[in-house]
Amino acid sequence: MNISLKPAETFRGDFSTRNSDAAILRFPFPFPEDAYMYGVNIEPHLRGGPSAAYDAVFDIDEHYIGECQDRALTLIDDPARCQVLPHMAAAEWDTLELLMESLSTDYPDLFQLTKKGDAWRWVNHPLGIDQSFTFGNPETLPYPPFEYITRQVQGDFTLQDQRDNNLFMDGGMVTSQADWSLNFDLGMSFHEWHGPVPLAHELAVFDRALQYLLRLQLGKPVRRLNWTLTVNPRLDTSPENYPLWGPDKATVTPENVGAKMCLRVELQTLTRLGRSNAILFGIRGYLIRLEELVRVKKFAKRMHRVLRDLHPEIVDYKGMTRYRQTILDYLAPFDDGAVLSSGTAADQASL
Amino acid sequence: MKARLQEIQTLAPAIKRLSLAPENGGEFPAASAGAHIIVEIPGPRRVWKNAYSLVSAPDERRRYEIIVRRVAHSRGGSAWLHDHAAPGQGVEIGMPVNLFPVAATAKKHLLLSAGIGLTPFLSYLPVLKAANAVFELHHCCRLSEVDAFRALLPAGEKIALHTSRNTLDLAALLNTQKLHTHLYVCGPEEFMDMAVASARKLGWPEAKIHRESFGGATGGAPFRVKLARSGLELQVKEDESLLEVLEAAGQSPPNLCRGGACGVCELPVLEGLPEHRDHFLSEQKRAANTAIMSCVSRSITPELVLDF
Repeated sequence: MNISLKPAETFRGDFSTRNSDAAILRFPFPFPEDAYMYGVNIEPHLRGGPSAAYDAVFDIDEHYIGECQDRALTLIDDPARCQVLPHMAAAEWDTLELLMESLSTDYPDLFQLTKKGDAWRWVNHPLGIDQSFTFGNPETLPYPPFEYITRQVQGDFTLQDQRDNNLFMDGGMVTSQADWSLNFDLGMSFHEWHGPVPLAHELAVFDRALQYLLRLQLGKPVRRLNWTLTVNPRLDTSPENYPLWGPDKATVTPENVGAKMCLRVELQTLTRLGRSNAILFGIRGYLIRLEELVRVKKFAKRMHRVLRDLHPEIVDYKGMTRYRQTILDYLAPFDDGAVLSSGTAADQASL
Repeated sequence: MKARLQEIQTLAPAIKRLSLAPENGGEFPAASAGAHIIVEIPGPRRVWKNAYSLVSAPDERRRYEIIVRRVAHSRGGSAWLHDHAAPGQGVEIGMPVNLFPVAATAKKHLLLSAGIGLTPFLSYLPVLKAANAVFELHHCCRLSEVDAFRALLPAGEKIALHTSRNTLDLAALLNTQKLHTHLYVCGPEEFMDMAVASARKLGWPEAKIHRESFGGATGGAPFRVKLARSGLELQVKEDESLLEVLEAAGQSPPNLCRGGACGVCELPVLEGLPEHRDHFLSEQKRAANTAIMSCVSRSITPELVLDF
C-alpha cells in the first residue's frame, strides 16, 4: 500500500493535524443508514470494504508519526496507561508477533521483520527503529513486549483473557480513548466494563456479543465501528485528563464549530490470539473535523440526519447535549433531503 | 489449511503419533495449550472430519503433532490414519480451536486423564512448566499401554500413572485439594462424567471444573428446506449451514456476523421445527418456532418451509 506519512503533527496544544483529501475520502464513516441505534454490528474483518481503511489487517495512515509521538507524550505523564496483568505474558508475545507480521506484510516499505528461529530483527523506518531481539525473552527489548509494539502502532489495544465463560480486560495500551480508563477497567468482566453504556443492556446487546466473542476463532478476526464526537482533534480524551479537555466543550460557537468539532470513529477489531487463547481488541481511532467531513456530500447529509434524530439518552451518553444544536445548525444547510445510498462508501472519487 | 504428513510413529499397537507441516513450508499459527484441530480424512466414499488435540508445544509453528488411537469400531477416520496415511500425503486441516484452555489465573492445576485423553495435557505441560505453575497430573490407562504413555511424559513426582494394579482414589484426590485448585478432565465420556460428578458432589464450583470438548456446534443431521416464494427446494448436508446452502443456490439472504449473534440473517419459518443454536432469539421467539437464524441453526424436522 502506497501512503505518504506526514511529518510530526500535534493532537494537543495547537492541534496542527489536518486530513488530506485522500484521508477524507478514505475516512471510515460509521453510518450505513440515516438513523443510528445500538446493535451487534459485528462482521468478519476481511480485507477490502467501503473505504481503503479496511484494506489492511491493522490500518496505518498519514498520521502515523504524530500519533505515535502523542502516545509517547501521554505515557511520560501517566505510565498507568499501559498495564498488563502477570498472567497475560503469552498474550503479550502473541500481540507482538501478530502486529509485526501484519505490518511487515501489509506495509513492506515501512516495516520489515526477519526471523532466524527465535532471533528476530524488527525494522520500523518511519520511527527510525532497528531492533534485534530474542522472541520470548523480554530482557532483549527496551520495553515489555506488548508495550514495545503498541508504542509503534496507531490506535489503542486491550487484552481480554477468556475464562469462566467470560472475558476479562487484563491488559491494555490506552492513550487515545473516548473518555474511559484502563486503570479503572483493568480486571473487569465484559458486562462490568460495559456498565455505563445506556439502552444496550436492555436490548441484550452485550449478552449476545459476549456469546459471539467467546466463540471467536483463530484466523477469523471480526470488526465493528463505534463513534462519538470530540471537541478539537485530541487523541487523549481520558477521564484522568478531564481538566485538560472538559472545558473545551464550552468553547464551541457557531463560528468555530466546523473547525473544532470532530467526528471520532473507532474501527474496532477483535482477534483471537494463538498462544494465549486471549482476544486482542484493537481500537483504531480516526478524527475528522466537521469542515473536512462536509466536503463529502453524502457524509454531510447523513451526519445531519443521524444527529438530528438521535435517541436522547445516546446524546447524553456521548456528551454532546451542550452543543448538539450548534452542530445541527452548521450541518443543516448541507442537507437537501435527497435520498442517500445505503452503506458507508463516500460515493465520490475526489473532493 | 493445507498440510502435509511428515513423520508417523507407532507408540503402541493401536496408538500412532503423526506430525503435520504446512504444505508449502512456512509456519502454522501458534496454538494455545489444549487446542484441537479438525483433520479432513479422505475416505473411499466420503471425507471424515475428526477432531484431534494438538500435542505439540504452543510455540511450535513449523509443525503440528497429533496422537491417534485406532478406534475399535472406527467409522473410517482413525482406521485410515492408521492403515493408509503415509509421509508426504496432503491433508486439509482446520485452524486450531481451543475449548479446553488452561485457566491462567489458577493457583494450582489438577489434570486428570484416561487413555488417549492424555493428549491435550501434553500441550499443557510445557506451558505449565514455563510458568512455574503448581500442577499434578494423574493418568489412567491399560496395563498394556503404560509404557507407551510413560514415554510421552517427563519424569517427576507431580505425574502419576494409574492402572488396574495401582488404581486412582479419585474421591480422596479431589477431597484433599485446596480451594484455589482448578480441575481438568479428559478421556472417555464415562470417565469424564464420573470425575465431574465426583467433583460436584464434593462441592467443587463449576468455574473450577474444566472438561474437554470438541464443540460439535457445527454440523448436524441433514434436512430439506423449501423456499415458499420461489418454490426452490434445497438439501442442507450434515456439514453445511442453511445460510451456506442458500448462498450456493444463488440466493442472497441478509447476513452479517455468521455466528448467531447479530440477528441479521433471521428468516421466517412457515412449517417445520427449527433447532435453535443462535444467541439472538428470545425464549419466547424460540418457543414460537416462527423464525430461524440461518447462519447456525438447523432443523429438528426433516423439512423446513421458509417464507423467503
